[in-house]
Amino acid sequence: MSTEWPLWEIFIRSMHGLAHKHVGSLHAPDAEMAIKNARDVYTRRNEGVSIWAVRSADIHASAPGDRGPLFEPANDKVYRHPTFFPMPEEVKHL
Amino acid sequence: MTSTTKTESAVVAAGAAVVPLLDYLLRLADSDLVLAQRLGEWVGKGPVIEEDIALTNVGLDLIGQARLWYGYAGEVEARFAGKGRSEDELAFLRDSPAYRNLQLVEQPNGSYADTMARQFYFDQWHLRVLDALAASRDARIAAIAAKAVKEVAYHAERSVDWLVRLGDGTDESHARMQAALDDLWPYTGEMFAVDTLEQSLIDAGVAADVAALQPSWQAAVAAACAEATLRLPPGTWMQGGGHRGGKQGVHTEHLGRLLAEMQFLQRAYPGAVW
Amino acid sequence: MYAQMVDTGVRKVQDAADMTPDEAAFQARIDADVKIEPKDWMPEAYRRTLVRQIQQHAHSEIVGMLPEGNWIGRAPSLKRKAILMAKVQDEGGHGLYLYSAAETLGVSRDQLVADLHAGKVKYSSIFNYPTLSWADIGAIGWLVDGAAIMNQIPLCRCSFGPYARAMIRICKEESFHQRQGYDILLALCRGTPEQKAMAQDALNRWWWPSLMMFGPPDAESVHSAQSAKWKIKLLSNDELRQRFVDQTVPQADHLGITMPDPLLKWNADTGHYDFGPIDWNEFHQVLKGNGPCNRERLRARVKAWEDGAWVRDAAVAHAEKRAARAAKVAA
Repeated sequence: MSTEWPLWEIFIRSMHGLAHKHVGSLHAPDAEMAIKNARDVYTRRNEGVSIWAVRSADIHASAPGDRGPLFEPANDKVYRHPTFFPMPEEVKHL
Repeated sequence: MTSTTKTESAVVAAGAAVVPLLDYLLRLADSDLVLAQRLGEWVGKGPVIEEDIALTNVGLDLIGQARLWYGYAGEVEARFAGKGRSEDELAFLRDSPAYRNLQLVEQPNGSYADTMARQFYFDQWHLRVLDALAASRDARIAAIAAKAVKEVAYHAERSVDWLVRLGDGTDESHARMQAALDDLWPYTGEMFAVDTLEQSLIDAGVAADVAALQPSWQAAVAAACAEATLRLPPGTWMQGGGHRGGKQGVHTEHLGRLLAEMQFLQRAYPGAVW
Repeated sequence: MYAQMVDTGVRKVQDAADMTPDEAAFQARIDADVKIEPKDWMPEAYRRTLVRQIQQHAHSEIVGMLPEGNWIGRAPSLKRKAILMAKVQDEGGHGLYLYSAAETLGVSRDQLVADLHAGKVKYSSIFNYPTLSWADIGAIGWLVDGAAIMNQIPLCRCSFGPYARAMIRICKEESFHQRQGYDILLALCRGTPEQKAMAQDALNRWWWPSLMMFGPPDAESVHSAQSAKWKIKLLSNDELRQRFVDQTVPQADHLGITMPDPLLKWNADTGHYDFGPIDWNEFHQVLKGNGPCNRERLRARVKAWEDGAWVRDAAVAHAEKRAARAAKVAA
């Protein structure tokens, strides 16, 4: 038995998007944790609504009803956006 | 009596020394902050990067909620006690006896099992409390709770997931998880203990009736344990009883150290702006 | 910078006459700015160089969480605490993107982590320095992330698709990091004399190591030529370092703190800042393992990994139990 966590590819369809886009990979022991971790890793900036995780043969999608708890929280973490820190005008390259 | 005057009487009821609503808000804020402080200690040290990120997210949510509670607390303080403290004054300039967090959340991180057990017990309580508070007669409390409950629903899902994975994983993880549940069980009683202050706010429709939440909490905890092949700890002795718990400012040895670290810069450089 | 001491293993840059048809076709794609993707044919040396460079970059992000994580518990305000946690969390995420890019080349993340723990590969030298004050957190955001951005923007155009795309994603998040650091220092430099002294002290300790991040002088980087031809190293060390100095000195002037370099001076003729000699012996000692924090950093990562083994094993065991139950039900 290998104890290595398999690699999953994550696809996210954003709120106004038409199709799931591949956003990257992560390791998880199973599909459930892949999706949960994808929410934490790939939607930290309020980017996604629907998450798919796929490992070679399987594709799993999050249920639409999960929308509230899975995605609302990122809205108010405004400091994640560079514009949150007003930089002095005179200072360049920031 | 209108709901506003009922709230105000409850708020000033205990006399000038204590503003019950302020105290209650600090109970909510302090538990969030102390737990977030503990979770922050895991950064860069988790069992796998994905978990590091996810656990930090929980911590970030809790800090955000703490700040909302502290913000309201400062306003309440200004309204009823003359001058209101900022979120940072409240967080960084109160010593242990003035802190109102549950003793549960100040317990050390220990192993991942200890951290998940603490999180699991807390999340099940937190979710129910926020759910109840979303119907509070105090509009601001209701608003904060409505927002927070969405985040905490996710926290609870996560901690149940880990309880089950570790409980029903390997023999080692099962043993560690059971030991962690047993160790922290005596700190869960305080979550449902109602003192006079809290009762007055419950009667005013402002605070959550935590005693009434206990059966549903216990049922959920028992069900999750069953799924995790763990047994509900059998003990009945609870720490912090008799109005001498964290909510009344009586803490374990851990809080002093935690606050010493957290508050160091503000104490060492009084008045500085960061 | 993550290619500090990454050897392509190629002694002489190949010219057209030396190439096999495969190699020639490969080089033609690179010259035409067509991305190389994981399933494409590639020279073994290219693949090996990328695995090493990308993983060192990934390890740097993960190890970099430690010096900053050191101050999360002591952040002086709730806002600063939250922002620092978010930043460090981003770094973890960046590590993930990069490990994923490396894994497309046929290595597992567990293997890469094992190589790091065994001391076979490196991470950026800068993370072997200690964070001694809150101002250090500002200095890291301003200088270290600033240097990283300088290095990463050109890498968005590198030849290997997954690495380039990871860089694009990372660059989007990186400017928040640099501004976070500068904002911390702005507050300190506008604060009490003690706070300003804290900021100056941090600059004094982080300036030279930041310059060293860009790697040895071009004259000593004998193996960069092949990396340049393969477009996995797009600008020279000295070029990037000079750009960084030129950009950063005015930022320090605005803060009212000074670089610990008496020879730092604007040169009107060249249009650049002249600066003093870098202590390359210090750089090599740090790479060798003799920096202030090398041992601690590695120990911390090894400990996290080993302490977490039972957790990872449990998660796999549980997943297998569930799959077995599901199979039984289906049967």
